[in-house]
Amino acid sequence: MITRDQARSAISQGPDAREPLLRAPRSRAQWFAYLYILPAFLIISVFHILPVGYAVWISLQSGVVRRFQFTGLDNYIRALNAPEFWSALQTTIFYTLGTVPITMALGLGIAYLLFQKIRGRGIYRAIYFMPYIISTVASAIVWAWVFDPRTGLANYALALFGLPAQQWLIEPTGIFKLIGEGLHFSVPGWAEGPSLALVGIMIFAVWQVIGFDIVIFLAGLGNINSELYEAARIDGATGWQVFRHITLPLLAPTTFFILVISLIFSLQAFNHIYAMNRSAAQQLGGPLGSTRTLSIYMFQALYEQNRAGYASAIAVLLSLMILGLTFIQFRFLGKRSENA
Amino acid sequence: MNRDRLRKQFGNLLIHLVLGAGAALALFPFAWMLLGSVKSYNDATTAGFIPREWLWSNYLDAITVMNGSVPCRFDAAAPFAILDQCLLLRYFVNTIFVGIVVVLGVLATSVLAGYAFARLNFPGRNLLFGILLLTLMIPFELTLVPNFVFMTWFPTPESWLATTLGLSQEGTHNWINTYYALIVPFTASVFSIFLFRQFFRDIPNELFDAALLDGATHSRFLWSVVLPLSKPALVTSALLTFLGTWNALMWPLLVTNAPQMRPIQVGLTQFIGEAGTQVQLLMAGATLTILPIVILYLILQRWFVEGISSAGIRG
Repeated sequence: MITRDQARSAISQGPDAREPLLRAPRSRAQWFAYLYILPAFLIISVFHILPVGYAVWISLQSGVVRRFQFTGLDNYIRALNAPEFWSALQTTIFYTLGTVPITMALGLGIAYLLFQKIRGRGIYRAIYFMPYIISTVASAIVWAWVFDPRTGLANYALALFGLPAQQWLIEPTGIFKLIGEGLHFSVPGWAEGPSLALVGIMIFAVWQVIGFDIVIFLAGLGNINSELYEAARIDGATGWQVFRHITLPLLAPTTFFILVISLIFSLQAFNHIYAMNRSAAQQLGGPLGSTRTLSIYMFQALYEQNRAGYASAIAVLLSLMILGLTFIQFRFLGKRSENA
Repeated sequence: MNRDRLRKQFGNLLIHLVLGAGAALALFPFAWMLLGSVKSYNDATTAGFIPREWLWSNYLDAITVMNGSVPCRFDAAAPFAILDQCLLLRYFVNTIFVGIVVVLGVLATSVLAGYAFARLNFPGRNLLFGILLLTLMIPFELTLVPNFVFMTWFPTPESWLATTLGLSQEGTHNWINTYYALIVPFTASVFSIFLFRQFFRDIPNELFDAALLDGATHSRFLWSVVLPLSKPALVTSALLTFLGTWNALMWPLLVTNAPQMRPIQVGLTQFIGEAGTQVQLLMAGATLTILPIVILYLILQRWFVEGISSAGIRG
């Protein structure tokens, strides 16, 4: 049996071997190819492509499923005028800012250490990746217990440092306000920050997804030509200089990829919040709506209030944000990461 | 020289300290879950790491609570009746059944499409592939509401047949609370098509030329030469697809409300409410549901990790 690597090296020996078959004399159309792609396209058209147009259409309707009434842009106007929409957007942004940079920085740090020639690399890698494999609901159950105000480990740890016990997942007060109160100064309303409940969920989310970043960073590190490191070492570069001037720039495409993926996922945050709310016996998006992201808001409109049109309008707005942000990243960061 | 070695060893020690602390943080929730699952309620809710008494019966209690406080009973006379009577088992069977069918579907559709895009020549090939890649950009939320509406529209094939043939007067049944809703929308995956296309492109042309000389068709070549060579791609695609199905939450929440149809994650969220403040039962229930995936991971760890990294680098 040929492994993928063997196949690759076989290919790299002959420059022509990579050319697709159709370069051969038989370059006329092979019509039966449509039969090959038909099953996949059928499913993807019905469940992925068609729904995009239909979602826009539903977002222009009011009423419940099967009894829609056309209302034009009404749902969008309602959404943009609803304070809940803006607070959900703010929560989504808090969640993204609180998880993505930390996960990426920690992930890169751990991957870099793992990449050194040390013993037990495989075991470390397997351990760090394990939380990513385990279902969000099952791990949320144990994390909710860790954050339990009465019997949880989190408050136990705080007590070890002489800090006051916290309400964690049922605390709607902003984290900066809580810290401010502890230090006896008052924090203005706009600077309260995400609720402590959301911070707890973010800690849980970082714990769970960091394995993904580590594994991808490790693969990216493996793609850097090791001769560069040796050359730098011969020139007398310190460890930090090597990291700063060789690793980081050459890792830029990987970093860019992780950034794009993580932003897309965290803007759609649902599972971690749903599972933690549920485990902490909170209403969905609670306490006091302080963990209600746009995805949760949309889900509630659909599932709890049966407002398909309004839910679709929120989904369309969220999708536009994600697409816009992805476009901006490709436009401004994509080029730079390739040039680097 | 000696000093350099000392410095290096010290550096390695530091790295191990940092990585070890991180690994402990990654693992401690699992350890905490396991320890909690065998504690008594009093033990679990007061401090102390090691259970004072090891209550393995928590697992049985958790299964019973999950079952609406009716114990699961196995009847040798009707062995399959337990699937209707014992919810935890039912959740597992649902999830595994759905997972296997979805994986088979994804493999079938993606291998065929991946082969066409990698090796066949047809008008519109690049355009169609571009459209596929564009669908990767569509957020799940956007297609959620329409797909949910579809589920309330589509008739199940058997009820549709029965109605059109006049065998049943009950009218058609829609896809809500059926396996169709959990399976059919997920039987094609752009990511897998992409993975197979990349993989098939790397297969040397000489192999095809040799097969062609022997008079093989494309379907024959795909089946007897390409597929046996593609085990890594098949395993990666199968594992990632299965994992996605196993951990799916939002969609199954929407389309299942009958307990008999729930996959394991939805069953577990339901169990959270039922177990209430009985932490030790919660931990036992959570442990039971993660066990199959943990075992699968311990056996196939390398495939999981390499699957993700190849997916990331190529995707």
